[in-house]
Amino acid sequence: MSTASVHGWRRHLPLINAFIRYGLLIGIGFLMLYPLFWMIGGAFKNNHEIFASPGFIPAHPTTDGFTKGWKTSTEYTFATYLLNTMKIVIPKVILTVISSVIVAYGFARFAIPGRKLLFALLMATVLLPKSVLLIPQYLMFREFGWLDTYLPLYIPQAFAVEGFFVFLIIQFMRSLPVDMEEAAVMDGCNSFQVLTLIVCPVILPAIISVALFQFMWSMNDFLQPLIYLSSVEKYPVALALKMSIDVTEATSWNEILAMSVIALAPSLILFFVAQKYFVEGVTSGAVKG
Amino acid sequence: MSGASIYASRRAGSLYIAPFAIGFLLFTAFPFIASFILSLTDARLQDQLGDAHFIGWSNYAGMWSDATFRKSLGVTFFYVFVTVPLKLAFALLIAVVLNFKLRGIGLFRTAFYLPSILGGSVAIAVVWRFVFAGDGLVNQFLHGAGIGGVNWLGEPSTAMFSIILLRLWQFGSAMVVFLAGLKAIPEDLYEAADIDGASRLRQFWMITLPLLTPVLFFNFIMQIVQAFQEFNGPYIITGGGPMKSTYLLPLMIYEEAFKYFNLGYSSALSWVLFVIIALFTALAFWSQRFWVFYAQERSDKGGH
Repeated sequence: MSTASVHGWRRHLPLINAFIRYGLLIGIGFLMLYPLFWMIGGAFKNNHEIFASPGFIPAHPTTDGFTKGWKTSTEYTFATYLLNTMKIVIPKVILTVISSVIVAYGFARFAIPGRKLLFALLMATVLLPKSVLLIPQYLMFREFGWLDTYLPLYIPQAFAVEGFFVFLIIQFMRSLPVDMEEAAVMDGCNSFQVLTLIVCPVILPAIISVALFQFMWSMNDFLQPLIYLSSVEKYPVALALKMSIDVTEATSWNEILAMSVIALAPSLILFFVAQKYFVEGVTSGAVKG
Repeated sequence: MSGASIYASRRAGSLYIAPFAIGFLLFTAFPFIASFILSLTDARLQDQLGDAHFIGWSNYAGMWSDATFRKSLGVTFFYVFVTVPLKLAFALLIAVVLNFKLRGIGLFRTAFYLPSILGGSVAIAVVWRFVFAGDGLVNQFLHGAGIGGVNWLGEPSTAMFSIILLRLWQFGSAMVVFLAGLKAIPEDLYEAADIDGASRLRQFWMITLPLLTPVLFFNFIMQIVQAFQEFNGPYIITGGGPMKSTYLLPLMIYEEAFKYFNLGYSSALSWVLFVIIALFTALAFWSQRFWVFYAQERSDKGGH
């Protein structure tokens, strides 16, 4: 059928199509994000108003939730918990990036004895449920005397234990030609210089993806700190929030919502600043592979 | 000189992957085997490991008479079987709607992707708890509409519903993967189908879906593996209750070990979870030759 013969209501099909798509997307998007709007709005409401209406724009905005929530029900302020979170997350991200890049370089470029088997083991770590390792790891770290420290949370990351990240960087490296690296070798670089001076700058997008994902996952991590940390002064935000719902849930929703907003703020900001790296990270494994 | 000679060095290569080899042995292989050995003992958290006794398969045999385990297993399968297909279907649907040249489409992608980035956090679980609480957001809307409130987190069936909804809410990462897969489908296939007069629905079944199967396969595996391991949501929102209706296996594994101190039994449970996930993954990999189409195959199957 040629376009010239299209007539009647069918002429408007593209318009109707776009209209339905936008309608669907706006409707679903609004419904999905409503809990987030409600959380942010609720953080600026007083408790009475939170229960009085389901709307998300506060009628009488107040920062009570933030000031009271910041003090927390413990002897520490929320700043302590944020700082603790960073003490875990920052070493974790740095160690993950360094170890993943080094190991990925080995896999992507070198002739290694038993390469196929090792690569299969790497991929198996992605699929292996963490709970099957939990108890022996706990006992091992107990033997090391690492309980109630941050060491069990980030030391394993120095050994490229997250196969997903290594895989992501391998995929990226394999898509690059080796010409530049060969030229550098002719100029007298050793392989470590090639990695740091030639390869790293080029794979920067993959490195950023890995760092961002590890940052988000570590911010969200709850089970590991729950098992390893026992003193409140060492709690990260995730444990502090869980504690706050156990203590003050019945009374002060605005405080808890305000602290939830603060807990999510770093991830939210990073996501909006760098979302293209998230999209590239999550798709590179699936589509290029 | 052809090829970078440094890359032929097995010694250098082995050095680069050494961190992984050591980490794998120390933090994966050793704990993996150790948890199986532990599962054959009556080890307790508070005792020295030397005091544990070897009790054979008793931990495994005991599961079938453990009502809590049977309940937890059933709840886990229900959760996975409901969330994975629904989440994939929804992610695919939205990806198809989004795969269109429209103004502001990037904004929608961001909006739909955001929940999967934040969804695993304690903060979101807390908000979810408030949304479904007795005097929470959902019930406020219901009251506004003149409908009586539902005790969402207090009734077994609705508590499970709330937990399931939290996972479905995070369909964004699967959607982004589908979207990338859709973008990789050559435009000319659709143009050819248009000339042949194939309807849009038929084009979806005959072109889009077959070419998307590798991506669907990837998403399926990831979703299965993740759903079987869900912990934060139910632990914080319902604590596994009411009446163990949201007591997923990872919750039971955690509580058996760190609340009741039964390391042996907990290890056995974790091995059951591992075997279940391994079976599903193996089944998926085995079955892919029947339904997953890879690009090389297309070149000789293409055309009509």
